[in-house]
Amino acid sequence: MILMMPIIQLIVIPLAADYEIKQISISVVDQDHSPYSQKLVHKLTASGYFQLVEYTQSYAQASKTVNNGNTDLILTIPQHFERDLIKSNKAQLHLAADAVNGVRAGLGTAYAAQMIGDFNREVREEWMLLPKFNEIPQIEITSANWFNQHFDYHLFMVPGILAILVTMVGCFLTALNIVAEKEVGTIEQINVSPIKKYEFILGKLIPFWVLGMVSITLGMVFAFLIFRIIPVGSYLTIYAFSAVYLLGVLGIGLLISTFADTQQQATLFSFFCMMVFILLGGLYTPIESMPEWAQWLTRINPPAYFIKVIRAVFIKGSSFSDLIPDFLAMIGFAILFNALAVFNYRKRSA
Amino acid sequence: MAQPVIHTHQLTRKFGDFVAVNAISFDVQPGEIFGFLGANGAGKTTAMRILCGLLSPTSGEATVAGFDVYRQNEEIKKHIGYMSQKFSLYENLTVRENIQFFGGIYGLSRQELKEKTNNLIERVGLHDEADKLVGSLPLGWKQKISFSVAILHRPKIVFLDEPTGGVDPITRRQFWDMIYDAAHEGITLFVTTHYMDEAEYCDRVSIMVDGAIAALDTPAGLKKQFNATNMDEVFLQLARGAKRSDG
Repeated sequence: MILMMPIIQLIVIPLAADYEIKQISISVVDQDHSPYSQKLVHKLTASGYFQLVEYTQSYAQASKTVNNGNTDLILTIPQHFERDLIKSNKAQLHLAADAVNGVRAGLGTAYAAQMIGDFNREVREEWMLLPKFNEIPQIEITSANWFNQHFDYHLFMVPGILAILVTMVGCFLTALNIVAEKEVGTIEQINVSPIKKYEFILGKLIPFWVLGMVSITLGMVFAFLIFRIIPVGSYLTIYAFSAVYLLGVLGIGLLISTFADTQQQATLFSFFCMMVFILLGGLYTPIESMPEWAQWLTRINPPAYFIKVIRAVFIKGSSFSDLIPDFLAMIGFAILFNALAVFNYRKRSA
Repeated sequence: MAQPVIHTHQLTRKFGDFVAVNAISFDVQPGEIFGFLGANGAGKTTAMRILCGLLSPTSGEATVAGFDVYRQNEEIKKHIGYMSQKFSLYENLTVRENIQFFGGIYGLSRQELKEKTNNLIERVGLHDEADKLVGSLPLGWKQKISFSVAILHRPKIVFLDEPTGGVDPITRRQFWDMIYDAAHEGITLFVTTHYMDEAEYCDRVSIMVDGAIAALDTPAGLKKQFNATNMDEVFLQLARGAKRSDG
């Protein structure tokens, strides 16, 4: 049960939370009706990213379609588009996006702009074949995506979710397990015995540590079975980091259990922690684009390190020595949280 | 007279303004069965938790098995057994596993553990149930197992907090036989109960009212003192005067 939940997440999230957007609905307001305007529209629809929902002459009509939610983007081709393009070598187009869904709007305009740029170049090339009447300086941007050549979203998300999975197993289970003992009353039978605090805490840590390692192994198996993702780097590096990271996460769970008295409290608090961990962990949003203060917070957020490391190993194939500062940070977290937990665990209530 | 195994003097515990245990003083002698009576909310469990090292006292003094409750509470734990009001063995472990787990915590050797486990199972008559989950057993058996586990490491004192609550009369009788057996072996028993017939089985009885000890004597002595024919009457005379109750 507890292993199934994160694995389902591992499978579902990368498939659903895909930022690559296809099938953007577009309305074209063509007030020119020229061969060139036709050509441009054809180019957009042929790309596969856009779906022409409407081809009209009236902007008012198109904006009505936007209001109905039936289209994402309006491309307006003004009158004399072709004439201006040929005569003055300059023409205007207008793009309007329904920005209710910001991601869709942003990506839609970006795709369209890129295609219009392409179109522009093609038109020019056509003219170049004709007698040259002017020298147009051309700057072309070429880009190369390192490591994740095809910008595969799954390759980016799966290792990150794997990291969150380990965090959840470690943090939730430990916290809930000990608090459950408080609720049932067995913890009292333990507290009345001469057992040492560190013995008790080790007794709780070891089984959950093993469980965490099992869950990361399972996670990697599923990552391969479903997404065909295999780490470029070494498994040993992944396990070394997981081992230390898990200790830290378990420490957080233990710490929560020392001040929560009921499972509700523990769940609520763990949930709160998980939200902060995920949002400040760089799973969805890149840490580099966060405001200064939030970036500072990510530096004290253990999962941020682990997400970074596991992505680096999976995608870039970073070696252990590349990641030594992160390893040291994780050791620091492990010591800190466990020390706090041992310190805060009281066999006798005050 | 020998050194008392439990000694308290003006022992007090406050929770904010509420005085749960109000300056109680008493001694318990080795081998004694000491009944600790009182209405619900009188402060019995609080006092017991202090003596077991589960709760810090606010003021006063107390020693258990010769160790101070303030500084040597971990030392005390090596010499006591405790059976709480709530059933507190692991329900998802078998009888045998529970015995081995708790025995292990008290540092019994593998050999000792094996012997004691078999011995215990024999004594409680649980041959067929030894490998069943504790959670599946009836309450009476659970309580007997709990008690056996509490005395597994031969403690000097065993604290029993309402050990027979909700248990049928026959099992209660058997339970008290086990208590007597333990007392014969020299273990001191500190028992809270709401059953007045059980109070009669004790060597001495203290009755707590509103956090303080209102009476302490042998059952016969108490009956004489309050001019009563049985412990029930003694208890009612004292408890009626109580100002606080849990309703």
